Amino acid sequence: MDKKNRTYIRVAILGVLLAALVFAVYTSFVKDPNAVKVGREAPNFSLEQLNGSAVTLSDYRGKGVILNFWGTWCEPCKKEMPDLQRQYEAYKDKGLVVLGVNIGESPVTVEPFTKQFGITFPILMDKQSEITKLYRIVPIPSTFFIDPDGKVKEIFLGPLNEDMITEKVAKILPK
Amino acid sequence: MDQIKCKCGHANPVGTMLCESCGRPLELEIKGEASFPDMRYEGMARRSQTYSRTIIDRIWNYFSSVKVAIGIIVILLVASAIGTVFPQQQYIPVPAPTEPDVARFYTDTYGKLGTIYYTLGFHNMYSSWWFVTLLVALGTSLVICSLDRVVPLYKALSKPRVNQHKSFLKGQKFYGEAELSPETDTAALVEAASAALRKRGYRIFRNDQAMMAEKGRFSRWGPYINHIGLIIFLLGVLLRNVPGFYLDEFVWVREGQTVAIPDTPYYVKNVQYHTEYWKEEEMAQELDLKGGAIVKSYQTDAILYLNKNADLPGSTPDLVEIKSGPIVVNHPMEHEGLALYQTGVQEMQLGALNFVLVDKKAGNKEVGPIKLDLYNVSAEQQVAEGVKVRVLDYFPDFVMGKDGKPATQTNLPKNPMFALEVVSEEDNTSEKLVYLSGSVITGKEDSRYTLDFKMPDLIDISGLMVRKDKAVPLIYFGSFIFMVGVAMGFFWQHRRIWLQFHGTRVMLAGHTNKNWYGLKQEAGSMIEQVKLPITIEDKSKA
Repeated sequence: MDKKNRTYIRVAILGVLLAALVFAVYTSFVKDPNAVKVGREAPNFSLEQLNGSAVTLSDYRGKGVILNFWGTWCEPCKKEMPDLQRQYEAYKDKGLVVLGVNIGESPVTVEPFTKQFGITFPILMDKQSEITKLYRIVPIPSTFFIDPDGKVKEIFLGPLNEDMITEKVAKILPK
Repeated sequence: MDQIKCKCGHANPVGTMLCESCGRPLELEIKGEASFPDMRYEGMARRSQTYSRTIIDRIWNYFSSVKVAIGIIVILLVASAIGTVFPQQQYIPVPAPTEPDVARFYTDTYGKLGTIYYTLGFHNMYSSWWFVTLLVALGTSLVICSLDRVVPLYKALSKPRVNQHKSFLKGQKFYGEAELSPETDTAALVEAASAALRKRGYRIFRNDQAMMAEKGRFSRWGPYINHIGLIIFLLGVLLRNVPGFYLDEFVWVREGQTVAIPDTPYYVKNVQYHTEYWKEEEMAQELDLKGGAIVKSYQTDAILYLNKNADLPGSTPDLVEIKSGPIVVNHPMEHEGLALYQTGVQEMQLGALNFVLVDKKAGNKEVGPIKLDLYNVSAEQQVAEGVKVRVLDYFPDFVMGKDGKPATQTNLPKNPMFALEVVSEEDNTSEKLVYLSGSVITGKEDSRYTLDFKMPDLIDISGLMVRKDKAVPLIYFGSFIFMVGVAMGFFWQHRRIWLQFHGTRVMLAGHTNKNWYGLKQEAGSMIEQVKLPITIEDKSKA
């Protein structure tokens, strides 16, 4: 029997099996390859604003973006709204955009709400919850901090206070 | 040096039990061990037993051990069983959005054991790296165990030996010998025996003084073929993790609504939902259903669309109809491997509220109808000439907030509350009305307008499971191959009969991997037919 040949065959077979192992273990770690992750590009999307005109996320390249998913039924969302508004006012001239994605509510519900809180940043209407699903939102509020290159810098689940927002905004403001 | 030399002069590889050339049991002859070797691999040296110098050889030898394979299987079985003790994370019956919530669930529900279960990661067992590693190790063991045995077995079986050594024949469990009269025509006996066995479906290998009859050799490949089936099956399972191969989603679709199917470019529209019940006359016997009914079918008439504008999620979809038709339980709508199954329904849900605006000041005159679509509320509608109704605020699931202001608990219209404004253009007045839980609250005591309730629009919401599993054909194919292998190994046997004449001595031996009874029957009838004076010495217990 040719010993050399046999070793080559064994190496080849073990190599294929090792590749299968690496693939299997890798996919067991990365359960959802489409999930939004820190360091990756935020998935692009387009949504209509409360006042009608459509907005595309990639239009805000070069600016720091706070992407906030919320609903009027969510108490903690209500609590952080004024903080987001204040941060927006403070930094909008320095290149900050706040996008509030409303999850599946009708304009007649959202409009009085935004008026009540004096919201001036763009409110995007995710009527079919498509973008909510795309970003795999489970608890709300969920907030994504996106840098000027369109990469996700930080993901925060749960309510934010003003200090936390300030600290995170500093990381995504354009230089 | 790495060889065992047989008396016949043939040099056999280390680990050989029966000489490759003459069939002498090597250990018996050379090492003086008493028992005849196992015939399982025809006495061939398994490749793994030959050398173990390099790391590659060592890994190979490790996985080629059946003991190791059984060890892996036992660990997998025990682990799989443990994974069913408490629910896996995806089956937690309460929402647990964050990791601490998950941890709390196991501790609160199952106590200390739950905490241990969670800490050890058993709540995500089947996708854990070590479980997956074990599965791949099992696959590796399958491949290597099979190769390690099938190659020498193939070599041995593909060159069947007629002239096995006497000690080989004597060592068989099924053996007999006799003395013949010197004038016997042995060549004729070989011929007759061959003819008798050939009739029984044996393949004959022979020369003047010896014969070997063989039947059902292919059944020896059965176990290897079923292992190939298993490997294909495992590959199929692995392929599910390749993007685009596997999808498992669920969507709720209201009648009339078109929704996107997550992670696909498809949209589905629920044209109409319908539950059909068995009629009494259709039933085979009278049942006392106490006013209940038995469902015959759950059916959604659906349209499947492809979104040509899917590159940018959320942008206005450009829908092209692909397919339309009914979706009934067990009869999904299918398109290119994507299947939509009827799996849920919420019937008679509020879709829209219907009112008639009544002018009290004009002798309760009906002004006109108002429709409030709970899912798509229009901000303003014309009720009659010069009379408009505006929606000022809408709380789909009304609750009085802690701050004393109205709020909504969810975004689902479970308890809708509307704040309306009726604007009359002719006298330039406006008046506010609130609808809540089946009653109307007016702003002023002596209000002019009120609402008359009409039957609301009730809609059905259909739950569709969306599945794609491109690995299924491969998994079925693997299962099929597996069954072929099992059948080959189970329903056929590899039988061999050796007949040799040494001068006036006749020797007969037989071997089979199972069903010794069948072998005895066939050999016995041959002996009878050819009239050989042999009594079989039966060492088999079968």
